[in-house]
Amino acid sequence: MNAENYSALNEFWTNLRTIPSHVYRAMFRGGAPKTDRTRSSFIFGNVFLHLHSVRTHLWSLRWSTTMGLGIMTTAAFLITLITGILLMFYYKPYPEIAYQSIKDIHFIVPTGRFIRNIHRWAANLMVVAVILHMARAFYTAAYRKPREFNWFIGWGLLVVTLGLSFTGYLLPWDQLAYWAITIGANIAQSPREITDALGITDWADIGGLQREILLGSDIVGEEALIRFYLLHVMILPLVIAALMAVHFWRIRKDGGLAKPKDADEKVASEAKKFYPVFTEVPKKTYSLAAIVKGKTPQVGSGPEHTVPSMPHLFYAELGVLMLTVLICVALAFISDAPLKELANPLVPENPAKAPWYFLGLQEIVSFSAFTGGIGIPVLCIIGLGLIPFLDRETEGTGEWFGGPGGWRLVKWSIVVGLLSSIAVEAFAIRFGWLREWFPNIPQLFITFINPGTVLTLIYALYSIWAVRRHNSTRAGALALFTCFLCGFVVLTVIGTYFRGPNWDFYWSPSDWNAH
Amino acid sequence: MTTKAGEQKSRFDPEPIPRRDFLGLAALGSMAAALLFSLFGMLKLPKAAVSATPAKKFNLALPENLGVGEAFIPPGRNVAVFRDNEGVYAISTVCTHLGCIVKTSANGFDCPCHGSGFTQDGSVRKGPAPKPLPWLKVSNNGGVFTVDESAKVKTGTKV
Repeated sequence: MNAENYSALNEFWTNLRTIPSHVYRAMFRGGAPKTDRTRSSFIFGNVFLHLHSVRTHLWSLRWSTTMGLGIMTTAAFLITLITGILLMFYYKPYPEIAYQSIKDIHFIVPTGRFIRNIHRWAANLMVVAVILHMARAFYTAAYRKPREFNWFIGWGLLVVTLGLSFTGYLLPWDQLAYWAITIGANIAQSPREITDALGITDWADIGGLQREILLGSDIVGEEALIRFYLLHVMILPLVIAALMAVHFWRIRKDGGLAKPKDADEKVASEAKKFYPVFTEVPKKTYSLAAIVKGKTPQVGSGPEHTVPSMPHLFYAELGVLMLTVLICVALAFISDAPLKELANPLVPENPAKAPWYFLGLQEIVSFSAFTGGIGIPVLCIIGLGLIPFLDRETEGTGEWFGGPGGWRLVKWSIVVGLLSSIAVEAFAIRFGWLREWFPNIPQLFITFINPGTVLTLIYALYSIWAVRRHNSTRAGALALFTCFLCGFVVLTVIGTYFRGPNWDFYWSPSDWNAH
Repeated sequence: MTTKAGEQKSRFDPEPIPRRDFLGLAALGSMAAALLFSLFGMLKLPKAAVSATPAKKFNLALPENLGVGEAFIPPGRNVAVFRDNEGVYAISTVCTHLGCIVKTSANGFDCPCHGSGFTQDGSVRKGPAPKPLPWLKVSNNGGVFTVDESAKVKTGTKV
């Protein structure tokens, strides 16, 4: 530029005019990604997108591999996050005022009812999706080496998801909320059932301590509400966000989704439709150069069975996201989130029911508080977490119902799981249990011998039989997981539809006599 | 494989731990200890020293015509008060199973939440409740009865 003609004012004017294009270029350094190469650099140059690998194996993109359940869980979480923040504009966490503010949201705030409905449905959908996603990972044996740690993280995500749902249940401060939390807090206190029986409650009151920390008081009151609120909007969302980041990152670091050994051959015909990745075969790999551990394209062959993540994977993900939004919005139109009368500490709801996914637990809690509320759930949770360390076989990884026994074993396990849980429940409902037969029986007998433990024992024995029959730990895992899933479904259905006032058995909710 | 100090076989063998590394490890260790102690300090916070709860002691205005075996529920309290020939007694109506409020019935008490049943003196009749309903301390101060919800007494104590 000629120094004499230079005018700072002109320069400033030009700068002002070109602000939009400069900001655009500063944000998206490479310009619009139009080729596979620029799309690749777009992915690894973007902090949010680089959780994806640049290329995705065709097997991972198949609908039947994941059914989009993980993405659906994430999408449901994002929906609860956005609607939850919107609800926080009006919600006030103080007894009675909390109830009034939910009423305001429901009846006065523009779109308030709709947003609350979406929040509630997305939360429910997230619970369903996270359970199904876990089942998918289990049945395709995707938890095996090197993915054991990610199964562990997913296990944490399941627990935190349930925690988020449960803490949200108290916030409306209506009858439903109040009595569900009273029951929940007393379940936390139920180790007293054991310590009382052993006579050590005075100096080892674990149950009382748990309840006190949870409620901040010895009643469900303002301290409990603010604690549940804090957990619901701050602590658990931070924990779940951190776990999610690790969960997604580990998918990449563990070499993508679990694939069967012959995944490449299975997608060969589809792969022919895409351009080869390299014009000549690669002669070195990063893992040989000891720069990274794990799986990178190997010497002598390119990643020929993969397609660019952008757009193929991104379209799939956005599709599931939109489907999830559609489901939540549609359900929010059809059904309102419940709001009962203001919480009344003197008169419990009859029946007082927990959120639906805890009704299976409530069913076994109605035999023994400690066994049903803490004993069996802790056993299940520890068992779930240890699956990848107990089954270290390699057969069937990445295949549905892979491993010895396969679908046939799962089919039989469904029959055993459903029949034995229905039989045990029917027996207990028809004939009662130990206390009805021997009124003076010590509590410890009931704590350890009740329909919940009997059912657990049946499942355990059946699974041990499956291990021996197929001489495989995976077969045992398939049997046990399927049985517990079936038991969960049966108990949840009984707790939801067949239990009425006084937790008595009713064939239909329409038979409940009005109180 | 261990190597004595000053006896390095090749450059790949581990060196004996130098002073700097030792000091570094000591610093890290003390930091870990400090973090641990501060964590214990933070964990003390959520356990309230005094919990904000309504008063547990209250005076009773027993109705004159309260019949034997008939329960009187003082307003706003989870207590059932009875009077018979031997005196006045109070039984907690908080279920010992999971804290729902039991209702008086012809058989004694029934819990709406999980179907626990108690006899008229509070002992478990059916259901999952692990313990009988506790009897609460009643004191008679010249005709005025006071109930203390936080003090349990032996079943059968009448004033």
